[in-house]
Amino acid sequence: MSHEDIKNMKSKTFLKTYCPHCHQSFIKDTKGEKWAKFKSSIKQNDLEVEISPYLEASDRKFSIPVKDGDQLEDLICPKCNKSLISEESKCEECGSAIGQMLVSADSKLIPFSLCTKAGCQWNGLSKADIRKITPKIKRQEMPEQDPKMRVHNFDEVPYGYTTETAMLEAERCLQCKNPKCVDGCPVNIDIPSFIALISEEKFDEAAKKIKETNVLPAVCGRVCPQESQCEELCIVGVKEEPVAIGRLERFVADYERKMDLVSMPHIGSKTNKKIAVVGSGPGGLTVAADMQLLGYNVTMFEALHEAGGVLTYGIPEFRLPKSIVNFEIDYLKKMGVRLELNHVIGQTLTVDELLENFDGIFIGVGAGLPWFMDLEGEYLGNVFSSNEYLTRMNLMKAYKFPEYDTPKPIGNKVAVIGGGNVAMDCARTAIRTGAKEVTIVYRRSRTELPARIEEIHHAEEEGINFKLLTSPIRYFGNDRAAVKAMECIQMELGEPDSSGRRRPVPLENSNFTMDIDMVIVAVGTGPNPVIFQTTPNLKRDKRGYIVVNEETMETSIPNVYAGGDIVTGSATVIEAMGAGRIAARAMHQKLSGAATKTKEEVVGVS
Amino acid sequence: MFQIIKKEEMAKGTIIRFDIAAPNIAKKVKPGQFVILRVNDTGERIPLTVADKDEFAGFITIIFQVVGKTTALMRSLNVGDMIKDVAGPMGKPADVEKIGTIIMVGGGTGVAILHHVAKAFKDAGNYVIGIIGARDKDMLILEKEMAGFCDELVVTTDDGSYGLQGFVTDPMKKYLDERDDIKLIYTIGPIKMMHFVCKITEKYKIKTMVSLNPVMIDGTGMCGGCRVTVDDKIQFCCVDGPDFDGHKVDFDELEKRNSLYQQDEKESLLFSIR
Ligand SMILES: Cc1cc2nc3c(=O)[nH]c(=O)nc-3n(C[C@H](O)[C@H](O)[C@H](O)COP(=O)(O)OP(=O)(O)OC[C@H]3O[C@@H](n4cnc5c(N)ncnc54)[C@H](O)[C@@H]3O)c2cc1C
Ligand code: SF4
Ligand code: FES
Repeated sequence: MSHEDIKNMKSKTFLKTYCPHCHQSFIKDTKGEKWAKFKSSIKQNDLEVEISPYLEASDRKFSIPVKDGDQLEDLICPKCNKSLISEESKCEECGSAIGQMLVSADSKLIPFSLCTKAGCQWNGLSKADIRKITPKIKRQEMPEQDPKMRVHNFDEVPYGYTTETAMLEAERCLQCKNPKCVDGCPVNIDIPSFIALISEEKFDEAAKKIKETNVLPAVCGRVCPQESQCEELCIVGVKEEPVAIGRLERFVADYERKMDLVSMPHIGSKTNKKIAVVGSGPGGLTVAADMQLLGYNVTMFEALHEAGGVLTYGIPEFRLPKSIVNFEIDYLKKMGVRLELNHVIGQTLTVDELLENFDGIFIGVGAGLPWFMDLEGEYLGNVFSSNEYLTRMNLMKAYKFPEYDTPKPIGNKVAVIGGGNVAMDCARTAIRTGAKEVTIVYRRSRTELPARIEEIHHAEEEGINFKLLTSPIRYFGNDRAAVKAMECIQMELGEPDSSGRRRPVPLENSNFTMDIDMVIVAVGTGPNPVIFQTTPNLKRDKRGYIVVNEETMETSIPNVYAGGDIVTGSATVIEAMGAGRIAARAMHQKLSGAATKTKEEVVGVS
Repeated sequence: MFQIIKKEEMAKGTIIRFDIAAPNIAKKVKPGQFVILRVNDTGERIPLTVADKDEFAGFITIIFQVVGKTTALMRSLNVGDMIKDVAGPMGKPADVEKIGTIIMVGGGTGVAILHHVAKAFKDAGNYVIGIIGARDKDMLILEKEMAGFCDELVVTTDDGSYGLQGFVTDPMKKYLDERDDIKLIYTIGPIKMMHFVCKITEKYKIKTMVSLNPVMIDGTGMCGGCRVTVDDKIQFCCVDGPDFDGHKVDFDELEKRNSLYQQDEKESLLFSIR
């Protein structure tokens, strides 16, 4: 489907044109057809011009023969007989005189120009003007698996855009001169440019455009919280729903991969310098890709038996298919990145030992140490941390037990404590593995739920219950020491705390008990101590996260950089990638002696 | 991939010993530390304590009892076969220093780990009294090796088929009554046994270290499945342990958690046989 076809798919846009002097309409009904009518002359012969009032059509009728390229001498309102010819402006395409009138748009009248050269199409409308006039294209939905079906499988929920819906959605972008969306993106993807390439049907070029700043678009399109980043700032969003930037990102990345258009990038001139990347989550993957591209020899060390970090062990298949993550990791390997699995840095090798063999080190080990709430009975069987539950299910594929050996945690009535993406992932995994009733227990109200809106929506569609303003205070076990019930207390929202969110306060005497047989605790994670046990000189903050120079991501140990959750605490995929990018540039500048750039110059420059 | 370079059946084939080529780990591992291994692509991750190592030849020794699906699968492997993943060393090493006279108490396969730590204590210049126990004569392992370096060694069997009849706690109590120079008890074995040991030594006010071996998945501190309560605080056995002050461990909790998983393990084994 071409750009033209897309245009034709939309209903035609009727232009209501008015005289700027008498404000009467030019539209005339002749034999049931509507045309805009003007008086004019050519070589001093008076004539009548009729112009199709549809934006998409260029038909004109003249009362005497006129050829394309002929010059009309005047344009006159047939009602008040005043000339419409503009004194100030000329046609921006051919330089001829123009007739100036008004067209109604969005309950306002805006200028509309008619070129006096027969055949010239220029009308002086900007893209934004056309948007105001044309019938609105609604934000395109992605088709999704029926909730009733999908609770029985682990297949991805949304199917993604088709080329048609992607191009329609791309039409909605105003191509702002000063695009706010870009400011909202942590790696400053050139959003209007990639969207313009989509409307031009150049999908693979669009993908390459994104990859200038984001190495994992297929992942980010699926898991970024767009509603609080690019889409939150999108101008279209002021009046209607913002452009679906995330869905478009996902579309082009999938298109490129599925159509086999991914090509090996040009690798910079090889140096003999060596880089060690510790941890293979999104932060580590970004540094590995960037440094390998710059010509370094990169080795990535991962503690687990599979690479990908949270993308692999945490986020479930139905939200981020592992084939996509594996594709990206294979791509890195093809680029020449060495991957050493089963290497726990701090144990198998220490940071000091790495420093002996590598010129630069990036630490992106995430914040993977799960928190518990220190409640009575938390030790009971079938009480899991979200990490344990998701690791069993995703990394160890327990949902395929007994094909895979790791036993599948089974519960009929499952309570998930927490309200973030992690909690949604656990709840939706539980419902897919046979739980009859799954309840999210969250201590604040609905508006404070930190998960992506789409995930909350999906969870609701799948029948997950939400018990808001509620917190567990104690678990009870059966005679086998497995959890059988929990006592909760209700909360109300008090004064805002330092994070600006209203603090939940327990309501006295509101305790109640819920029967449950599985609990998943998804209340956050902290820094893992392993790497620090053998690297005591690595400076950390009060909470245990690594302290870095924010301009360069360098730590207190020279040539050792860090980024991602291990610096910020649990955050997002894209923020970890942004940090990786800054670290890679800074490392390159230091190792190659290039002049130092500021953080702003680094982000977004490929 | 990690190759099995030696296999030995002990205790009538219910306990197996593997030497596995893992040069990086062999270079690093210290007594008390463990590895996490996964036999093949569909396998589960299980923790196994390193019973010995040879850093020059580049291998580690593991000794395991066949109790579940994975250990049953491992028994079927032979020299030359590959193990998909071996990661480690994990956990903190045992705190080995010269302190004087020590009693090392081990039961069942725990003796495999005990032996590695006991040797280290001996090398550090301590007077090491070993007490090892098993259900019966056939299940007793590493007696010769222990006898090789322990200053004194006592063997017990539950049924009296070898050594003294009774539990390891009986000779231990005797030593505690007779000697007043014992500085430390170090014990590894079934949870119930370690619990008993601790109950007794608490009365004598002698520092007792236990090496715990709860269910683990990643072994890197990521899942919290290995959590134990020590001194009223949650500790992750794989990164904070596996050695803890036995008098502070909440054994009642640990026993409950463990019995639940043993049940699961049996079901999983049954599943694999069916
Ligand atoms: C279930 C879940 C759902 C999420 N959903 C979203 C979402 O929808 N959108 C979003 O933006 N963010 C989401 N997040 C958060 C996001 O995944 C993280 O912010 C991001 O992955 C952090 O990346 P990272 O590179 O810092 O570390 P990680 O992804 O945590 O990767 C760290 C890697 O380092 C390895 N490692 C740790 N210690 C060592 C060591 N000593 N030696 C070697 N390797 C080591 C770990 O095994 C791991 O593979 C989610 C997180 C979880 C847990
Ligand atoms: S802010 Fe919205 S409309 Fe403007 S360029 Fe960005 S996506 Fe397009
Ligand atoms: S085994 Fe997962 S945290 Fe210890």
